[in-house]
Amino acid sequence: MNKSPLAIRIAAPIGVFIAVAILWHIAVDAFKLPPVLLPKPLKVLEAIWTQRALLASGAWVTLKASAVGLLVSTLIGSLVAILFSQSSWIRTALYPYVIFLQTVPIVAIAPLLIVWSGAQFRTVVLVSSIISIFPIISNVTSGLLSIDQNHLDLFRMQGATRLQTLLKLRIPSAIRSLIQGLRISCGLSVIGAIVGELFVGNSGASDGLGAMMNAMQANLKTDQLIGAIIACTLLGILLFLGIEALNRWVLRRWTIDTGFESDR
Amino acid sequence: MAVAAIRCQDIRVVFDNRTGKQTILDDLNLTVPAGQIMTLLGPSGCGKSTLLRVIAGLTKPNSGTLGIEGKSIAESQHKLAFVFQESALLPWRTVYQNVRLPWEIRKKQSSTDIESRIQNALDLVGFKPNDWNKKPHQLSGGMKMRASIARALITNPDILLLDEPFAALDDMLRSKLNDLLLKIVDQTQTTMLFVTHNISEAIYLSHSIAVFSQGRIGEVIDVDLPVPRTTSLRSSPEFAAMYGRVSQSLARNAAQ
Repeated sequence: MNKSPLAIRIAAPIGVFIAVAILWHIAVDAFKLPPVLLPKPLKVLEAIWTQRALLASGAWVTLKASAVGLLVSTLIGSLVAILFSQSSWIRTALYPYVIFLQTVPIVAIAPLLIVWSGAQFRTVVLVSSIISIFPIISNVTSGLLSIDQNHLDLFRMQGATRLQTLLKLRIPSAIRSLIQGLRISCGLSVIGAIVGELFVGNSGASDGLGAMMNAMQANLKTDQLIGAIIACTLLGILLFLGIEALNRWVLRRWTIDTGFESDR
Repeated sequence: MAVAAIRCQDIRVVFDNRTGKQTILDDLNLTVPAGQIMTLLGPSGCGKSTLLRVIAGLTKPNSGTLGIEGKSIAESQHKLAFVFQESALLPWRTVYQNVRLPWEIRKKQSSTDIESRIQNALDLVGFKPNDWNKKPHQLSGGMKMRASIARALITNPDILLLDEPFAALDDMLRSKLNDLLLKIVDQTQTTMLFVTHNISEAIYLSHSIAVFSQGRIGEVIDVDLPVPRTTSLRSSPEFAAMYGRVSQSLARNAAQ
C-alpha cells in the first residue's frame, strides 16, 4: 500500500467523522427521532462536556481495572506458558482448559464470579483478566517453543541446563510474541472491565464507566450513554497506544542499541 | 592445549521418514588426524552435516563407536565447538555478549581471564573494539560469521566443527575467511573438521579431503600442497591439478 502524505492521513478520517455527524444530524431531523432513541451529535457533545468530570473519573476507574486485569493476565499467562514450554505432557493435559477460557462467554460467567468474589473492584479485575489471558498464553507458549534449531544446538553443545536454556534463550526469544499477545489482550481487558462493571454496577459498588452506563440507560440519558461509549473506545485506544510504545521500546532495546552495557 | 584425533568406526545413522527408513550414514569409517584440517566434501544431502552432528553429540548414531584420542566422547575431556551454517548469533545480545555466551553457560573455567580471552578472540577474528557493542543486525554477513567463529573459540576447543560456514558469502569474503581459519589453526593447533561443497575451498584449507559416497567415505585425498597456503597458490598449476583430481573423485564417488 502506498503511504499517503501525513496531512491526508489525518484529514481524511476527520472528514469522514464530520460527514457521518452531519448525516446523523440530518437523519434525526428527517425521521423525527426522539432524543431518548437517538440524540443529535451536538447534544452528545454537550453531554460529554457537561459530564466531563464524571466521565473522566469513571474512565479512570475502568482504566485502572483494565490495566490491573491486563497485568494479572500477563503475569499468570506468561507463567502458564513457561510451564507449557517445559513438557508436552503438561500441554496435552491442560490445553483444553485454556481453550475453555477462550470459548466461555464471559457474559455468562460474570454473574457467577460476582457470587463468588463479591460485587467489588477485584471482581471487575478478575473478569478483565479471564477474558484477556488466552492471547497471552497462546502467543507466549508458541514464542517459547519456536526457537531457532541452531540456537538450541548451540546451548546443547555447551551442556546448558533446562533453566539456562529457559532464561538465556527461550524467554528472550519469546518477548516479541508476548508483545503480539498484549496487542490483542489490551482491547479485551477493557471489554472485560466494562462487562464486569455492568454486572457489579447493579449493586452500586463500582463507579467505573460500565456501572455508569447501567445507570444512564436506566435513566434514559441516551446522550450521556453515547458519550460513555465514546469514552470506552478512547480508553481502548489509549491502552493500545501504551502497548505500541512498549513495543517500540522493547524492539529498540532488544535489537538495536547497546542497552546491556552493564553486563560487561 | 591438547590436540585430538577423531575416530569414527562403523557409524550408522538411519532416519525414520514418512516414506520409510532412510540410511544417511552407512557404517562409515573415518579418522581425522590431530591438529589438522580435514574437509568433508560431497553433494548436498550426502550425509556430511549429519556426520558433523554425530561427532558434536547432537545426533545419536544408531550404531557404531566414536572416539577422541581413544576415549569415548563422554569420557574424553576434549572440548568441541560448532560453527553453524548461519551465524546463529542471539539477536538481542551484542557481539561481545554473544562471544561471552558459551562461557556464561559453562562457568566452570576460571573467570579471571575471561574478559581478556573474549578480547583476544575478537581481535583474532578481526573485530575492532568499537564494533564489540554492535547487535548482530548491524553487522554484515562476513562480520556475523567472524563473531560466530570468535564465539566458538572462546572455550579453547580442541576440536572445531564447521558446517558450511561460508556458503552464503561471496568469493572475496570466503577466501578472506579461509585465510582467517588457517591463521587460527596455526595459532591454536585445533583439529578442524570442515563441511563444504566448494572444491577450491576444500583444497585451499585442508591437509586432507574426505569425499563422500552413498553415506560412506569413498576416498581420502591428501592435499600435498605447500603450507602456509597463500593466495597465489590458487592460481598455480599444482592447485589446478589437485582441483582436477578432487572433482574426478567427487564424480566417481557420486556415480557409484
